[in-house]
Amino acid sequence: MPALTAPEWEALLLSLKVSAVAVSCALPFALLAAALLANRGFFGKPLVDGILHMPLVLPPVVIGYLLLLVLGTRAPVGGWLLQHLGIRFVFSWTGAALASGLITFPFQVRAIRSAIEATGGGLSIAAEGLGAGPLDRFINLTVPLALPGIVAGAITAFAASLGEFGAIITFVSNIPGETRTLPLAIYSALQTPGGEAEAARLSALSLALALLGLVLAEFADRRARTIVPR
Amino acid sequence: MSVKVALGHRYRDFVLDVRFHIERPGITALFGPSGAGKTTIINAIAGVVTPNAGRVVVNDRVLLDVQAGVDVPPRYRRVGYVFQDSRLFPNMTVRNNLRFGWRRAKQQVSESEVERVIVMLGLERLLSRKPATLSGGEKSRVALGRALLASPEILLLDEPLAALDAARKGEILPYLERLRDEARLPMLYVSHSLDEVSRLADDIIVLRAGKVARQGTVFDVLSDLGLPDFTGSPPYGAVLDVEVQEHRARDGLSLLSFDGGQILVPLMQSPIGTRLRVRVRAEDVMIAREAPQAISANNVLPAVIDGLQETAPLHSDVRLKCGPTALVARITRASSERLALKRGDSVYAIVKSVTVGPPNIASEH
Repeated sequence: MPALTAPEWEALLLSLKVSAVAVSCALPFALLAAALLANRGFFGKPLVDGILHMPLVLPPVVIGYLLLLVLGTRAPVGGWLLQHLGIRFVFSWTGAALASGLITFPFQVRAIRSAIEATGGGLSIAAEGLGAGPLDRFINLTVPLALPGIVAGAITAFAASLGEFGAIITFVSNIPGETRTLPLAIYSALQTPGGEAEAARLSALSLALALLGLVLAEFADRRARTIVPR
Repeated sequence: MSVKVALGHRYRDFVLDVRFHIERPGITALFGPSGAGKTTIINAIAGVVTPNAGRVVVNDRVLLDVQAGVDVPPRYRRVGYVFQDSRLFPNMTVRNNLRFGWRRAKQQVSESEVERVIVMLGLERLLSRKPATLSGGEKSRVALGRALLASPEILLLDEPLAALDAARKGEILPYLERLRDEARLPMLYVSHSLDEVSRLADDIIVLRAGKVARQGTVFDVLSDLGLPDFTGSPPYGAVLDVEVQEHRARDGLSLLSFDGGQILVPLMQSPIGTRLRVRVRAEDVMIAREAPQAISANNVLPAVIDGLQETAPLHSDVRLKCGPTALVARITRASSERLALKRGDSVYAIVKSVTVGPPNIASEH
């Protein structure tokens, strides 16, 4: 396989950066959401559950568009952020990370939630009787026991995030070196006459990354099953 | 030391309505068939379930008073709970499991007390292991230690032996007996096994369909003529609190003394002076009007008839007193009529040595 060109390297590294930031920033929120949903029911749980899963079924273009509506420089929230904090998501790689993090959020929540549910309530009841409060139990029992699930969720989300296209191109456009991640670079190559070879190389790269991510996630999931006895 | 429990709970067809007090340390067995309400009771004491009505007071501390709106959260109750499935934390070593409750206890026991419990339960060599590598019996012992080290004021044990095979039961029993004998706190021991109860309990609360059917010392309740009505099935028989008096190795016999007499049993290993329990099954006791001569049975015990009860199908259960110690005999109704047995009669209870032994838990089921 011929070596990657400089713009191709750029696209690869940008993709990795965007995905890493997207997944790690979403992780704490995913953990909270999963803990909330894994515990017993509360009023409005189905609604929260539904909203959290929206990105799975909504076309990514719609998500990108919604983000523009909220966070665009002339939109209410986006305008305020720019004016008061100097934060701009549009046309920036941080916007790409935000879009990716949002779209892959359900992957993380689902993996962590099922890991927490697999530990069962029995251990938590035992810990409570031994004097552990809710936060204590969360930190010392729930998180360690769900760790393989957390890792599996993060890896799956990372792999899925590498492939995000529609939301990114809609929200932050296709700027080389700033928002042109791997899928956007493939798209651009295909739009350029004679760019098929480049598109093929980048596609092969995407394929390899996705595969690696899924294998790692599967491994983490197996570990989850051996650590937590049923 | 006192535990006062009054609970009312309704769940579909099941109605629980119990009231009992425990006034001394040691093991009180909550005994009854499945569905009698045993686990509901200890769950309500632990705060795992909140009953519809009731009051739980441990050492003058009100843990639950539904009417007054008091429901202390489980983590402030100081109630130790040993679950049937142990529920050890799989992400922690045995050492950290044992210290989990200890670290969080308001009134922490000393390091030397921690050591004492570890030694008492034989956990010294397991401390760095993870729960997944332990046998069922080892898990139960760790769960017991973990609960004890959290300085509870009462310990609840939910059939800690039920999930274990015969060999594992035999392995953990001595630890439970030691715990009972060194007990400084009341323990409620849920069981549906008469053998387990016979061997371990100081007191018994017999539950039937959500109600307390009998309550008393193990010796009184197990020799109660009404007991078969509640347990519904054999093995039925009195338990004697005995001390090893003498070993007659040549005859293959050991002499045990109890309050009110002595009994010869097959040679035992226990050293002289050991306190233990033996069970004399009702089916294995014969009654004679006169002391028989030339009889193979080694034990002919003078006794007074304390009560008689006809039992289905055509049996008669007879409660006998040798001094203050009670025995029960199950004979046919025909024999009872032929001997014209009645309350207050002086008779002889004949017990074959080979039928007497410690309540045998390991061979059960």
